[in-house]
Amino acid sequence: MSADATHVIVGGGQAGGRAAEAMRAAGFEGRIVCLASEPERPYERPPLSKGVLTGEAAESAVYLRTPAYYAENGIEVWTGAAAGHIDREARAVALTDGRRVPYDRLLLATGSRLKRLPVPGGDLRGVYYLRTLADSRDLRDALAPGARVVIVGGGYIGLEVAASAVKRGCAVTVLEGAATVMARQLAPELGSWFAEQHRARGVDVVTGAQVAGFEARPDAPERAGAVRCADGSVYPADAVVVGVGVAPATELAERAGLTCDDGVVVDEHGRTDDPAIFAAGDVTRHPNPVLGRRIRLESWQNAQYQAEAAGRSMADVPTEYRVVPWFWSDQFDQNLQMLGLPEGWDRLVWRGEPDPAAGFAVFYLRDGVVVGANAVNFGKAIAPARKLIETGARPDADALADPGTSLKTVLKAAG
Amino acid sequence: MADANVEWHPVIKASELEDEEPEHARIGDTLVCVVRVDGQIHAINDVCTHEYALLSEGFCDDGEIECPLHQARFNVTTGKCTAGPAEEDVRTYQVKVEDDQVYVGLPKA
Repeated sequence: MSADATHVIVGGGQAGGRAAEAMRAAGFEGRIVCLASEPERPYERPPLSKGVLTGEAAESAVYLRTPAYYAENGIEVWTGAAAGHIDREARAVALTDGRRVPYDRLLLATGSRLKRLPVPGGDLRGVYYLRTLADSRDLRDALAPGARVVIVGGGYIGLEVAASAVKRGCAVTVLEGAATVMARQLAPELGSWFAEQHRARGVDVVTGAQVAGFEARPDAPERAGAVRCADGSVYPADAVVVGVGVAPATELAERAGLTCDDGVVVDEHGRTDDPAIFAAGDVTRHPNPVLGRRIRLESWQNAQYQAEAAGRSMADVPTEYRVVPWFWSDQFDQNLQMLGLPEGWDRLVWRGEPDPAAGFAVFYLRDGVVVGANAVNFGKAIAPARKLIETGARPDADALADPGTSLKTVLKAAG
Repeated sequence: MADANVEWHPVIKASELEDEEPEHARIGDTLVCVVRVDGQIHAINDVCTHEYALLSEGFCDDGEIECPLHQARFNVTTGKCTAGPAEEDVRTYQVKVEDDQVYVGLPKA
């Protein structure tokens, strides 16, 4: 791509920001325009449910780069700029405010949007969702000492918000519909262990709870005052937080006629079925060569490295995205890391007693092959576990379970 | 290597080190990661340059340490960051061994 070419990025989140950096670092000398619909330059979202929410971390720590970085690298970040339409014929993006930006190559980094809970009372004030920095600020103000906070959804976000709310002195209830928390991510045994960790710190964790609606406060009918469940139970609340997942923001791509399948379908370089259009981050359904299938991920790792691969590829440095999916969550003093997308596992191997002070790991095996791993306060297990997954190794399960046998030894023996 | 400019601090017995099994040491306010690779002992600053985490709690392989928190990697000989999300290298320190005692050299204040 020549120096007079223009690359337009739709989306000013982590993926959009990292892709811009990557294309510049890979030698693209043309114009880069990053359209950020929020009033913020690109930032990372993990702290929004943790340090930024408790107030322990400075908001400034979330940004990928200083404004000076973008100026020095000739990256135009247009904040408050929402894309409304892609004109593939003319190769231009139309903004909702009427502006138009022509592109030679386009990157869709539109991310995810929140799933709303379609229940009576869902539009009442005092019902919070968490996605943006502004959401985190609003929720932080609601997490006042003594406030009763009812959280709908016991996934990462719900549980991280629960831990943050306890830190801020709130009385916290978590309502989860499934039989255990983090049911989509963890083996039920480990989910139950996490639920107990929360209960030990005062969180009322209710599983199998079917939320039927939010009730208005008698003294302030515009505000939610309670959460009602299908079994008739009622949980009074000063603040309700809903964390029931996200969906890929594919609307622009769909309207533009790009192939979508629960995500914008891209190849290993992040390219869509239009050679001039790439996609990055949460919004993509991309091939994972390690797992041997197409996947969509909602993760920091994906927003970082899939975006980097797409950005480099746009700069004519074709770069394959090849990782073992990796996620983390921090709840109280528990650092949980997860590797792989274990499916159909038939054996769980615990390495070490479930003692957060010493740290421990859990391995997911299918026909003896390691297909996933979790580590609690035990990050040291992640690198060897990743190698086990990458190589399709069949380690000795007894050695894997024995904290006295180093994972390096297990790895070498399985190699 | 002008030894006059460094102060030597005993940190660990060489015989207690295992290959590629990093150890943590604290010298005043300085946190140090000591690791032996192929018989050579190296010392680098123990704090990841990305976010706070001790590299000595990470995994060492092929002469590099992977941070236990976000998987940044550092070369234990040069301190160079070889994989993100960190961007800055970690400091390296001189090492000497006398009578099985490993010393780390910190610049004199």
